[in-house]
Amino acid sequence: MIVRLAMRYRLAPVALVAAIVILLPLLFPSAYYYRVGALVFIFAFAAVGLNLLMGFAGQVSLGHAGFLGVGAYAVAIGPAYLGIPSWFGIVAGAVLSALIAFVVGRPILRLKGHYLAVATLGFGVLIAIVLSNEAGWTGGPDGMSVSRLVLFGWRVSGADTWYWVAAVTLLTGMVLAYNLIGSPTGRALRAIHDSEVAARVLGVEIARKKLTIFVISAVYASVAGSYLALFNGHITPDVAGFLRSVELVAMVVLGGMGSIAGSVVGAAVLVVLPQTFTALHDYEHLALGLVIMAFMIFLRQGIVPAMVQWRTT
Amino acid sequence: MAEFLQFFFSGLTVGAVYALVALGFTLIYNASEVINFAQGEFVMLGGMGTVFLALAGVPLPLAALVAVIIAVAVGVALHRLAIEPAGDAGVVNLIIITIGASIFLRGVAQVVFDKRFHSLPHLFGAEPLRIGGAAILPQSLVVLAGAAIIVFLLWLFIDRTLVGKAVIATAANRLAARLVGINTSRVVGLSFAVSAAIGALAGILITPLTLTSYDVGTLLALKGFAAAMLGGIGSPMGAVLGGLLLGMLEAFSAGYLSSSYKEAVAFLVILGVLLAMPNGLLGRAKVERV
Amino acid sequence: MAHDVILEARSLSIAFGGVRAVNEVSVSVPPGAVFSIIGPNGAGKTTLFNVISGVYAPLEGSVRLAGEDVTGLAPEHLARRGLSRTFQNLQLFSRMTALENVMVGRHRHESTGTLAELLHLPSVRRQNQRTREAALDVLARVGLEAEADRPAASLPYGALKRLEIARALASEPMVLLLDEPAAGCNPVETQGLRNLIRSIAESGVTVVLVEHDMRLVMNVSDRIHVLVGGRSLAEGTAQEIQSNPAVVEAYLGIDHSRESARAVG
Ligand SMILES: Nc1ncnc2c1ncn2[C@@H]1O[C@H](COP(=O)(O)OP(=O)(O)OP(=O)(O)O)[C@@H](O)[C@H]1O
Ligand SMILES: [Mg+2]
Repeated sequence: MIVRLAMRYRLAPVALVAAIVILLPLLFPSAYYYRVGALVFIFAFAAVGLNLLMGFAGQVSLGHAGFLGVGAYAVAIGPAYLGIPSWFGIVAGAVLSALIAFVVGRPILRLKGHYLAVATLGFGVLIAIVLSNEAGWTGGPDGMSVSRLVLFGWRVSGADTWYWVAAVTLLTGMVLAYNLIGSPTGRALRAIHDSEVAARVLGVEIARKKLTIFVISAVYASVAGSYLALFNGHITPDVAGFLRSVELVAMVVLGGMGSIAGSVVGAAVLVVLPQTFTALHDYEHLALGLVIMAFMIFLRQGIVPAMVQWRTT
Repeated sequence: MAEFLQFFFSGLTVGAVYALVALGFTLIYNASEVINFAQGEFVMLGGMGTVFLALAGVPLPLAALVAVIIAVAVGVALHRLAIEPAGDAGVVNLIIITIGASIFLRGVAQVVFDKRFHSLPHLFGAEPLRIGGAAILPQSLVVLAGAAIIVFLLWLFIDRTLVGKAVIATAANRLAARLVGINTSRVVGLSFAVSAAIGALAGILITPLTLTSYDVGTLLALKGFAAAMLGGIGSPMGAVLGGLLLGMLEAFSAGYLSSSYKEAVAFLVILGVLLAMPNGLLGRAKVERV
Repeated sequence: MAHDVILEARSLSIAFGGVRAVNEVSVSVPPGAVFSIIGPNGAGKTTLFNVISGVYAPLEGSVRLAGEDVTGLAPEHLARRGLSRTFQNLQLFSRMTALENVMVGRHRHESTGTLAELLHLPSVRRQNQRTREAALDVLARVGLEAEADRPAASLPYGALKRLEIARALASEPMVLLLDEPAAGCNPVETQGLRNLIRSIAESGVTVVLVEHDMRLVMNVSDRIHVLVGGRSLAEGTAQEIQSNPAVVEAYLGIDHSRESARAVG
């Protein structure tokens, strides 16, 4: 039923996620669950953006955490050293990320396949290195604390508040993503994914389209990074590291490339699992690795597409 | 000049390890088009395995041998249990699988071994040799000689044996290789085994110089991948060249510029090279046929 | 502005690893015509298309479209000047529906900003509606309106061939290059294709056709150009080509011997 609805109405998955977001707290026994929920939404937001790049346009990025880092440190450094309000730090981070993506993406996106992967990886690593070395601004590897977000005199703090703020942001991000996919640019991006040469002979300027979506996905990641920093109140360069980038990619692939709702599911799995696995102490990584492999082997197209297929056949 | 030599040798030594890791990437990629991010864990298994077997009282040479065998077994198991069942899943899926495997192996290592740093004794003592004013540890030369021998043996194996021919045929065209009766799945398995052995050997050789721990694999995989791409993926010569180059870049930028930015310089150069040569230094341009 | 030549290739050459796949080939295509290029396997027909459509840059020679030099222009820029094509080895957007495939064909006629698209403004909605209607019209023209919402990957081969034509037509080209549209089609489908090609030409679109089905070629072409081993061998009307001894020997002869071999074997 749900699947059929989702296929009929463009934004049905958003409504479904909204319903879950609203109903979920009824089951929460403690504030800790709001915290996990907020983390899921924040990472899901970044994953939705990355999915636009990877799942729709077919361009891999192993360095997207670099933009998380830019967003995170924008809300850390901005208020601390430049005296700008936190909310403006989010905007500034997004603008800066867009600029960086625009400048870097132009040459990098000409590369294909694994070469694109290593170039984006290198770019992400570069940002992480800068963040941990410029200790004067960033506090180095130990990171720095982040002042609270204040919106129109309202102090955004507490896990439950962040739960709702992050949820609304995620839902907005999903709507924008669905809008883009259903537009001429969205169709062009999906076309590029399937056949660049065919897209080109139909007049799709593939370099420009790839750059557009790279910039957009960078902005998603940047905003998510800002939220993460503001929510945690502290930030370290790990936010921009290679493993974070891989985690974002894994969220997209696990949930389903090209499935916006899938990115939310993928983020939920990869945020919640490690939280549950901490109970396993030393066996945490072992279990996480196994689960990731199992998902990728047995649910190749990703969780949500596999579910859709199962419901429709 | 002495300084230059010093940096040169340390770059060469680290570069030799990167080259071996990159070679591992290349072998597996050529046989299967899989980028194996668990490559660094083979290096870890070699080093940590030897350390812990030696601690358990096994004589060092035997410990090293057993560690290599363990790594090979892990490599074969990785292929059998994770890569083959995934079949024709997409490139990104396979990357995630190997990253999952690397997380898993790290997890196993932290349980089976521990989370501390370990070292191995230098093969010919830790007394530095003086070459042109630079102080060179004998172990550096051991690493270089070992790497050279491994590369040479690999070349012999691929160039001179029937199995090697099968590897080349599979790399060139998997379907055609299958049609002439080559068991390509076994070739891929073999490439995992050989890559694991090379990685483990690299780990054993370098551990006296750089120490080892359960999580050295991540960074090495990153560097090895970058080196392989710098050289041009699919080209064994490119992998060796890329590895050595990367090692030098790091050593010289650490020496002359800033040690905290050595990796940044290395990646900047890689980015620059790829932008100028989108198929790496020795990679062949692929004209897409339509 | 009228031209008596809409598409012109002047002594085009391209080489792969030293071997000239196309060697000093010149063709002049009059507007509104069905201009066929034939030749045995490996003659360089597809390569010629790749050079003309900007997929490969030529080693030597030039391409002129509607009187302007377009040599070396990227495919997307050529598309915007009214050149489109299909592919011998299908290049469909397999994850999209048939309709969406054709909608991408409308891309060069669409004009919306990214911001408007993100917000799904009414302008985008209207644009989508127009694109959709135009695409449906084209689908109907190739007889695929009933498959509009099926994923392209699920369509039979013959339908995919027509879908590629529809997609190219949707871009409203001046010149349309068709690379072996009848390959793998049954006689009924081929007959339909003949009518389609004629109707495309009658609507004022110049068609350049590469095809091995000689019946179709002889039936539908205004002019035929013969390539052998990357070189031009002959050019003329269907009758002239059929009675050209060099062509019969180099090209039809091969087919003939192959057919007799099949009959014997
Ligand atoms: N990208 C490429 N790289 C190397 N060689 C190529 C490439 N494209 C074409 N060739 C070679 O150029 C020659 C002409 O090929 P082409 O595909 O143009 O022939 P064709 O006339 O279209 O043949 P067919 O009727 O079989 O489609 C062939 O020898 C082919 O192998
Ligand atoms: Mg052809």
